[in-house]
Amino acid sequence: MQRRTTRLAAAAALTTISVLGLTACGGSGFSDTSGGGASDGALTSSDDALSVLIGSSGDAETKAVTDAVASWSSDSGTDAEVSVASDLPQQLSQGFASGKPADVFYVSTDTLAGFAGNGSLLPYGDQLSNADDFFPTLVQSFTVDDQFYCAPKDFSTLGLIINTDMWAEAGLTDADVPTDWDGLTEVAAKLTTADHVGLAFSPEYARVGAFMAQAGGSVTNDDGTEATLDSSENVEALTYVQELLTSGDAAFSSDLGAGWGGEAFGTGKAAMTIEGNWISGALTNDYPDVSYQVAELPAGPGGQGTLQFTNCWGIAADSPNQEAAVALVEQLTSTDQQLAFADAFGVMPSIQSAADQWKTDNPDQAAFLDSADFAQGVPNQDGSAAVISDFNSQLSGLKDGDPEAILESAQANFDAILK
Amino acid sequence: MSAVVTRAPRRRSASTRGEGLSGWLFVSPILVILGLFLAVPVLMALWVSVSDWTGRGSPFAAGVGFVGADNYRELLTGGGLAEKDFGLSLRNNAWYVLLVVPIQTAVSLLLAVLVNRQVLRGRGFFRTAFYFPSVTSSVAITVLWLFLFSQSGAVNKLLSFVGITGPAWFNDASGVLHNLLGLVGVDRAPAFLADHTVLGITLWDWLAGPSVAMSAFILMAVFTTSGTFMLLFLAALQNLGGDVQEAAMMDGASGWQRFWRITLPQLRPTLFTVLTLGLIGTWQVFDQIYTGTQGGPQKTTLTPAYLSYTSAFGDQEWGRGAAIAFVLFVIIVVLTILQRIVLRERAVSKRRIALYTSGARR
Repeated sequence: MQRRTTRLAAAAALTTISVLGLTACGGSGFSDTSGGGASDGALTSSDDALSVLIGSSGDAETKAVTDAVASWSSDSGTDAEVSVASDLPQQLSQGFASGKPADVFYVSTDTLAGFAGNGSLLPYGDQLSNADDFFPTLVQSFTVDDQFYCAPKDFSTLGLIINTDMWAEAGLTDADVPTDWDGLTEVAAKLTTADHVGLAFSPEYARVGAFMAQAGGSVTNDDGTEATLDSSENVEALTYVQELLTSGDAAFSSDLGAGWGGEAFGTGKAAMTIEGNWISGALTNDYPDVSYQVAELPAGPGGQGTLQFTNCWGIAADSPNQEAAVALVEQLTSTDQQLAFADAFGVMPSIQSAADQWKTDNPDQAAFLDSADFAQGVPNQDGSAAVISDFNSQLSGLKDGDPEAILESAQANFDAILK
Repeated sequence: MSAVVTRAPRRRSASTRGEGLSGWLFVSPILVILGLFLAVPVLMALWVSVSDWTGRGSPFAAGVGFVGADNYRELLTGGGLAEKDFGLSLRNNAWYVLLVVPIQTAVSLLLAVLVNRQVLRGRGFFRTAFYFPSVTSSVAITVLWLFLFSQSGAVNKLLSFVGITGPAWFNDASGVLHNLLGLVGVDRAPAFLADHTVLGITLWDWLAGPSVAMSAFILMAVFTTSGTFMLLFLAALQNLGGDVQEAAMMDGASGWQRFWRITLPQLRPTLFTVLTLGLIGTWQVFDQIYTGTQGGPQKTTLTPAYLSYTSAFGDQEWGRGAAIAFVLFVIIVVLTILQRIVLRERAVSKRRIALYTSGARR
């Protein structure tokens, strides 16, 4: 018996030692978490090569970014390598946990607060020479606790996409492009046939939210400190959307068997959809025969409104070469480079100095950029992603649901994360 | 069956001590590997689940604090979105387990019995065919399933031939049980079920059954895993001696009786394996959700494993994600123990013995 105890003790000791040894290895593998001097404002600098991690929409984007980074690299003499993430938030999280993240990477608005909150991101926005050139609402989207964290990469807004053939078939002309909700209801009814509905869009906040903006509502107040989801404006918006859905002249894309509005539109199941700039690429690639035009979304009782979506160029607080990273981002967000990106993969430049040129280059899509004047950003508070995804799941039941109840539960959830 | 073995106290000599040492030496590589890739990560996750680690740097760094059961409390009694999501994911997965495990066990046993028959022509072909889905990657099968079960997919086409308008499958969030109840006119919750909630979900919603979307996943799980378990049953069936069967035949037992009273009891160890593996596999369902629906429609295919992933990597709530994983672990262990108790070998009851001795026939 005694021998067994000794043996057990020996085994336990062995395990403990190896576990301790392993955790010690792990511990030393994680570099110091104090960050690279982000707090005192001085940027780290070294000869290390930069790694750039992007979540690419396709070959066109990958090539454009790779070329741009390579050209900066040869000018500046700092090596830089672009890699494409298959699951960007996951790969970023792994990098931050290991203490060796990519130096420059895409950050979406809904992951910004989480990464900023745990100190992974370098708040470098104000140090950019072109900081004042960005659209102010985009800067707002990447500002957490009054710190402008990262430079908006580009952006897109929602517009009304119209199938011009169906439009003509229904006897409609350019003068009929809806400018208010009544007009939208009317053309949706006229466009609806046995084969297709007038209007289709995805059952999510990222589309329905445009109606909330048009009604004068929003998710939070301007400072983002209070949830305003259960406002009467939002109730009005959801009630209007519900009326559209029950009339049969509009439908959620999922109810038409389509993954998103663009698919419903491209396959001819809907004559109009509400989507952003990215739809032009999808239509060119997947549905080249569909002819369409882009219009600004109609105004609601609260005036015109739409949503805007954007990503930024994040820089890691743990990066050993922040100085070079900021220089790279400055180059990537410059007027010429943004116009080149816009040309390559159909995004809109995030800086105002490129706006006019872009509109001249893309006259068909000018409505998207014009919408920037009245666009609302999507919420970027820590935890908002979960609340919005819950809101989305309830919105998909809007047709038979109670708009007030949906908004009240979303309000309660949003209140909880702002506490 | 349990024979009592009296073990004689063994004497240890210097040579056996040497053997013990070299024994430890030989198993040490695997111990180190298991420790490195199993024990350490599990312990780290356990620590994360009781810490406020935010996902940056080491979870053992100085700034990371111990928060006790806070993460667990938020999940189980928090009253917020976290509790509701967790409740939903448990609801979805419980229905999934409840349907997949019995069906796949029954189907695989049936298939094994079928392909075990001597008279079956082309046995090899059928054995391969039934096993084929199991060797295909689950991602590939999920994509296939998304096409088959799309609104205008093959399955709905087939249904239309018999005059049924198929549902929108992966877009249909309505609960199957709710739909059935709706057919008999019960479409609103009785007050008792609507007013009481468990984990933020009303009892009525707990009873919704799997959503139509989840049902498609249930069919997929049965389709893909039945082949694997068929193989286990087949191996067990081929190990059974023919003599017991013959004896039963001589006693005049019908084929049906032989299956239930002779074959099945002998398969008990395999049955235990299959049920345990089934339970573990179905409670951990992740890839199908990740590639297929990401928890939609209306969160009806959200599962604890997927929720754990999104909480950690998506919402940066690492403590909560780890806590979900450990609650899931407890659920699996408890269910396996329960199942072990139910399936344990019992001594023949007195009533049974009386039946045999009195010579009564059933």
